[in-house]
Amino acid sequence: MTDRPIIDIRNAAKSYGSLEVLKDISLQVKRGQIVAIIGPSGSGKSTLLRAINDLDPLTSGEVWLEDTQVNKKLPTRQYEAHINAVRQNIGMVFQHFNLFPHLNVRDNITLAPKMLKGLSKAEADQLAVEQLNKVGLLDRIDYYPSQLSGGQKQRVAIARALAMKPKVMLFDEATSALDPELVEEVNLVMKQLAEEHMTMIIVTHEMGFAQDVCDRVLFMDQGVVVEEGPPEVIFKAPANDRTKNFLRKHLKGQN
Amino acid sequence: MIRVFPFFLKAAWVTIQLSVLSCLLGLACGALGAAARLSRSSALRLAGATYVSVIRGTPALIQVFILYFGGPQVGIQLEAFEAGVLALGFNIGAYMTETMRGAIIAVDRGQTEAARTLGLSRFETFRSVTLPQALRLMVRPLGVNINALIKGTALVAAISVVELTYTAQRYIGSTYKPFEMFFLAGAIYMAIIYVTGLGVNWLDRRVALK
Ligand SMILES: Nc1ncnc2c1ncn2[C@@H]1O[C@H](COP(=O)(O)OP(=O)(O)OP(=O)(O)O)[C@@H](O)[C@H]1O
Ligand SMILES: [Mg+2]
Repeated sequence: MTDRPIIDIRNAAKSYGSLEVLKDISLQVKRGQIVAIIGPSGSGKSTLLRAINDLDPLTSGEVWLEDTQVNKKLPTRQYEAHINAVRQNIGMVFQHFNLFPHLNVRDNITLAPKMLKGLSKAEADQLAVEQLNKVGLLDRIDYYPSQLSGGQKQRVAIARALAMKPKVMLFDEATSALDPELVEEVNLVMKQLAEEHMTMIIVTHEMGFAQDVCDRVLFMDQGVVVEEGPPEVIFKAPANDRTKNFLRKHLKGQN
Repeated sequence: MIRVFPFFLKAAWVTIQLSVLSCLLGLACGALGAAARLSRSSALRLAGATYVSVIRGTPALIQVFILYFGGPQVGIQLEAFEAGVLALGFNIGAYMTETMRGAIIAVDRGQTEAARTLGLSRFETFRSVTLPQALRLMVRPLGVNINALIKGTALVAAISVVELTYTAQRYIGSTYKPFEMFFLAGAIYMAIIYVTGLGVNWLDRRVALK
């Protein structure tokens, strides 16, 4: 039971018309594991990540969160109730933050917990304080998103996702839209989560970060997982030529 | 000139009533129309699209005439003022449908995704994330619709509602001063529109982002 994966993707496939974006991908992530997904643009990384909370439904295959099938086939109404419940356990962080611009930082964080978990105003405020402390932005609690830097926005977005106490966190290029000098503050928050043994699946173009933080690295190309393994192996001694090529380009760019 | 002034003020009041009532009806039709056009049901989407294209594809004057003169034929007997409010309201409602729909779909898709990812339902997402952002996008374009509506109330002079345009025409006969009569009516329209514009600006500032 304890060894059971927290996320279990079985034979995931996805097509847009005749374009096969994911081809028979299986992936198991255990509790506390941190998995990086790397690969060239258009290889299907985001599509795979977004299949996990059924934001981009698969064409075939199954996604399981512990013992619940995420992409269960249900009548519309039942499916809605089911997926809303499942998604509360899966936090997601987007490249473009997607903070709610009409709400201040506190309300961005407390909107969902208040609505979905029936927290009182006092409980919700307490929660916002806790989460903002974690990402080091307590002094920005009354700010609006437009008054924050990109790095601060992303840290608030992480706090917002964490406030739902998810079992898994998904990151889709969380630092790609940031100016280089703002990347580190977001990476630090993610490293801190890693130390707290949060289960994370991280799509990233930052090889250095993946190497530092992750337990496992998946290299995807053209809708398949070409190679996977611990970062030492993938980055230092990849077996596949496509992986080698990709890394040659990207590791050079890093230095 | 001074002699006719009280009649113009009374007529201005009728124009204001026509504008306010048909604006409220238009906002209701617009909200329903936009909901229909964005609905998951294809029947509702078709109904919404038909409403918009029929109204926008025909002259407003014809719509007023159909309701007022055609109504009795199918058993709908309306006072001229009532017919005017209904026709103007349904008419502007089609334009407001498009304004509201446009504002709703202009809200970034990432907003919906973020809310749904947190576990909010479609309805909760619409109410607390999409709608508040759409509202601030729609204030100015709705202001444009309302501006058109106020000027459009002049149409119901054609079914003898005693509003500004009708009143101006009526006093030409006794004063022989068409220029002054129409000028006075025009000035009053402009005053009404100016005040409405102030209201729209105020609302726009109130809903603006911090
Ligand atoms: N809605 C869509 N309709 C059609 N094709 C799509 C759609 N979304 C994605 N694709 C295609 O699916 C493929 C995989 O896209 P995906 O966004 O998953 O790639 P990615 O690995 O995340 O790339 P990037 O590194 O640029 O973010 C691409 O070829 C893309 O063009
Ligand atoms: Mg992507």
